Order: sequence, then C-alpha cells, then structure tokens
Amino acid sequence: MSTDEDFPCRELVEALTDYLEDAMPAEDRGRLEAHLAICEGCTTVLEQFRETIRVTGHLTEDEVSGPDRESIRAVYRAWRAEPTG
Amino acid sequence: MDAVRADDTDLELIARLRAGDEDAFMDLVDTLQPAMLRVARMYVSTQAVAEEVVQDAWLGVLKGLDRFEGRSSLRTWIFRIVTNIAKTRGQREGRSVPFASLAGDDLDQPTFDPSRFLGDDSQYPGHWSTFPPDWSGVPEDRLLGSETLEVAGAAIEALPPMQAEVIRLRDVLGWSSAEVRNALELSETNQRVLLHRARGKVRRALDRYFESEMGA
Repeated sequence: MSTDEDFPCRELVEALTDYLEDAMPAEDRGRLEAHLAICEGCTTVLEQFRETIRVTGHLTEDEVSGPDRESIRAVYRAWRAEPTG
Repeated sequence: MDAVRADDTDLELIARLRAGDEDAFMDLVDTLQPAMLRVARMYVSTQAVAEEVVQDAWLGVLKGLDRFEGRSSLRTWIFRIVTNIAKTRGQREGRSVPFASLAGDDLDQPTFDPSRFLGDDSQYPGHWSTFPPDWSGVPEDRLLGSETLEVAGAAIEALPPMQAEVIRLRDVLGWSSAEVRNALELSETNQRVLLHRARGKVRRALDRYFESEMGA
C-alpha cells in the first residue's frame, strides 16, 4: 500500500497534462514533483509528453481550403461598400 | 489566465479592418480559415455547407466588428461566431451532434495499458511493472524529421474531431488553453481531458514509430 505522500505512477501519467498546463493544486504539484524525483519511468513519460508537444508544435496547418479566397474578399468589399451602421 | 482579452495586436488589426485594409483581412482569412472550416464541419452535414457557414461567419465578423468589446481575443470571438452559425445550421438540417460523438468515447480510458503497472496486491500498487522505453537514443534530426511529423500528423487526423481540434489549436497553433476552451465552448476540465487524451495518443504513435525505427 502506498503512503499518503506518494503519487502512484498509474495516476501520475494521467495528471501530466494538468501538470504541464499548470492547472494543478500546489499540494498535488508538490507530491507529483516529489515522485518524479525518485521515479525513472514517470520522468521518462513526462519527457515524452514534452517532446510530443514539441513535435506537434512543428506541424503546420493544412493548406488553406474552403470557400474560394475571392468570394471571401468579395464579402469584405461588400461590407466596406455598405454605409456604416 | 481566465480572461484572455483582446490585446494591442487585435485592436490594431480591428482598426485596419475598419479602415479598409484588405490585405490585413485576407491574412486573417488565411490564418484562421482552415480551423474555422474544421469546426464548422463538426456540426453540419457536408463540406459544402461548412464552407457556406464560414462565409456567413466572415460576414458576421465584419458586421459585428463595431460591437466587439475586446472581452475575448479576436480569434476566440471569431470562433464563437463560426460555432454559433454552424450549430444553428446543423439544427436546421435536423442534425443533432451529441457532445460524445465529437469528443470521442475514450475520455476515461487510461493513457497506458493497465498491464504496465503493478496490481493492487503487489508491494507497490500502481507503480510501473516495467519502465517505458525512453527516447533519449533518438537523434534530434530524427525527432523532428519529416517522417516523425507525418506520424504525429496522422495520429491527430485519427482522433475524434474535438480531440483533434483541441490539440491543433493548443499545440500546433500555440493558442492559450483559455482561448482554446472559449473558442470551442468547452469547460476547463473537458478541454484538459480532451487535450490529455490527444497528447497521449500522439505520444503512443511516436513511441511505436521510434521503437520500430530504432529497433529498441
């Protein structure tokens, strides 16, 4: 049985996004960091989440698709031509 | 963290739109439209209808500019307009889209297979039975190589639509989490659960890829 202080690995991996998004109560954060300090497996997974975010950050958006650019430009021109109000 | 208000860049852009700066408008279109289309597509039946929704949304944005009070960022406000128009349109099509079908039915599924952890009758219940393999042997050029990016992109494509959109806005485009949840009309908790599932699945796809590549 785990101690009050411990953060079991199985629970910790589910809390990593809360941790990385800085959305964790200070007490849980402290327990999580204390666990990381002694757990190689959880440290590895935290690192993998960070790397995943970094890789994802290098993706680019799809090519612009959808309504033809000129038809959207026409929306703008029509709006500009209208009297304000 | 909660209130992401329009910043100076937003206000300057709004002034330019009002002043008739067409290039500024088209830049905004190029930046936001792919995501706007995907969001619209969640609620309506076809891509063609989604395109009409987006066109209507741009008109709504322009007409509403004078009433925009800057209580959210400009892009968040634009996405609320798209979402509202798309939802209304979807309802008119008689299409009801339950949240679960957008969010996915795996929100309470664990990130790792439970067999990776010791059982409750062991000395250390819930701790790793074997450590996950680490990626420290993956060279940097491979880590951000085009094949890796393809694997990550394919993993995002395969996600339920709302999980995909949350990770795209948050991690691909780098929006703040408050902007993401406001733009997509999600609660703070739902947004983080969706993001965690999405990141977990991309992580697993990368892990499989690195393992097969490195012969680990």
